[in-house]
Amino acid sequence: MGRLTEPLRRQLATRTGRQDQINGILFALPWLLGLSILILYPIGASIYYSFTEYSVLRPPRWVGLANYIKMFTADDVFWLALYNTVYFAVFSVPLGIIVGVGIALMLNMKIKGLPVYRTIYFLPVLVPEVALSILWLWVLNSQFGILNAILWEVFGIVGPGWLADEHWSKPSVILMALWGVGQAVVIYLAGLQDVPKELYDAAAIDGANAVKRIRHVTIPMITPVIFFNLIMGLIGAFQYFTIPYVLTGGDGKPAQSLMFYSMYLYRRAFVMLEMGYASALAWLLFIIVLVCTLLVFRSSNRWVYYAGR
Amino acid sequence: MQQQAFAVERPLARPMWQRTAIKTIGELAKHFVLVPLAIIFMIPFFWMLSTSLKPDAQIFKWPPVWIPSPIQWSNYVDAVTTIPFFHYVWNTLIICGLSMLGVTFASPPVAYSFSRLRWVGRDFLFIVTIATMMIPYQVTMIPVFLIWANLGFINTFVPLIAPHWLGTPFYIFLLRQFFLSIPFELSDAAKIDGATELGIYRRIILPLAKPALATVLVFEFLNRWRGFIGPLIYLNDQKKYTISLGLQMYQQENYTEWSQLMAASIMLTMPVIILYFFAQRTFIQGITMTGIKG
Repeated sequence: MGRLTEPLRRQLATRTGRQDQINGILFALPWLLGLSILILYPIGASIYYSFTEYSVLRPPRWVGLANYIKMFTADDVFWLALYNTVYFAVFSVPLGIIVGVGIALMLNMKIKGLPVYRTIYFLPVLVPEVALSILWLWVLNSQFGILNAILWEVFGIVGPGWLADEHWSKPSVILMALWGVGQAVVIYLAGLQDVPKELYDAAAIDGANAVKRIRHVTIPMITPVIFFNLIMGLIGAFQYFTIPYVLTGGDGKPAQSLMFYSMYLYRRAFVMLEMGYASALAWLLFIIVLVCTLLVFRSSNRWVYYAGR
Repeated sequence: MQQQAFAVERPLARPMWQRTAIKTIGELAKHFVLVPLAIIFMIPFFWMLSTSLKPDAQIFKWPPVWIPSPIQWSNYVDAVTTIPFFHYVWNTLIICGLSMLGVTFASPPVAYSFSRLRWVGRDFLFIVTIATMMIPYQVTMIPVFLIWANLGFINTFVPLIAPHWLGTPFYIFLLRQFFLSIPFELSDAAKIDGATELGIYRRIILPLAKPALATVLVFEFLNRWRGFIGPLIYLNDQKKYTISLGLQMYQQENYTEWSQLMAASIMLTMPVIILYFFAQRTFIQGITMTGIKG
């Protein structure tokens, strides 16, 4: 106790110290309220609810681990939603990194018209998710959509049903996610501009050609940015909600192939009013995201290069 | 000696015209990839615009009509009349405006306290604040909803606005980083001249923080304008819908009205694109700032 109160005692010993302490707390006051009411209390409440059966209309009833046991043993949709989400993450995140780095590398080669290209690749990022979903429902319309029209007129291919076909619906949303790669491109470009020019000159003198310079200089130098995008991509994939919700009206059709984890959680909470079960789903989501992040972090010392370390 | 010879020799290995040719071909090769890719990226926009101007007969046609003829501007009129478009926009603007006001009021003083005031418990609370950013919103979503439900604020804008009047961790973080870059001598000098802490904050720090505050407000506007899950959870009366929610509900019931849906989607997107062209630097800076230092 002494160790904890000692700095406070010393702070309060002088007049300016007391004044500083009061000012500090006063300035931070809105957030101290916000933090406790809207974050810390809800975290505690949510842990408690996850061990209860709670339908809003009646007070929560303690059920121990029943929600967690039910999830793993008696809920097929939970497994399906988890599978869909992992499928989406496994394809969309690496593809996003490859395409994003690829475009950024090309844009970084002192190309003419960089601002124009950058704007074009960035524009999709600006489209609100609801508008984006409605737009792609129409682009991917199997009968009258423009993608199948191009496939037929240019390549003579009869396109699939895309969002209407349970085997093509997940590739469709991965394609949509790639359309928004511009956000990552902007971040990669900023990372690329920080790579010291001397490194390229040194590599060139050592006889490295353009491909080798990218492989052995550029890519290692931007691994911290790739690392950041990987983690944000994983977190984003597990929270993927608005787009599949709008595409399917919230039910994950066809054949629940677009039922993603966060959407399922929302349904349990706000459609079926099972707040206890939904809270348990939320905590499992947190644990999954945490474990994924920790695994990526642990692997990072093998592939992420921090200059100056 | 040998190294120098090597360095001089290599560039001279090929005659000038060859080097220019290689460079030109290289430049063309990049555009050879980038131009088709840019066209692919633009096709959905083109399709949205084209559909929004088509007469109904040309929408369901195979092979599709690329350029509508005649151009039917009335689709836009239909879109804003069959959907109470401007009413939804008005609702959204109220939420945007009051949230932005809240952010201006609440987040900078907290960031100021976390960066430029010395008090016991500050660093601990800052670490807690950063740590809470790692927690998915799904975890707090349910208890927060129940709080607002118990207070009787369901189907009002209060749950969508009030949290921003209590500080937003991400903005607090961004502003704190900015405040730390302002020289501390400025505060010390003002203090010697007898300024109070509130005076220093209002007269010196806040005016200097305008660019950072602008970034934060652009973010806040975009998040409120595009936001979907908040309105979805809290608003259930059609009169209260925001534009995103209203458009989604309309789409559910009228999923074949493609020209109107595209016209409305364009109108939902345009303010964001216009804002982007006016505040391009703020956008790009904001994204790279969150991308690299976040």
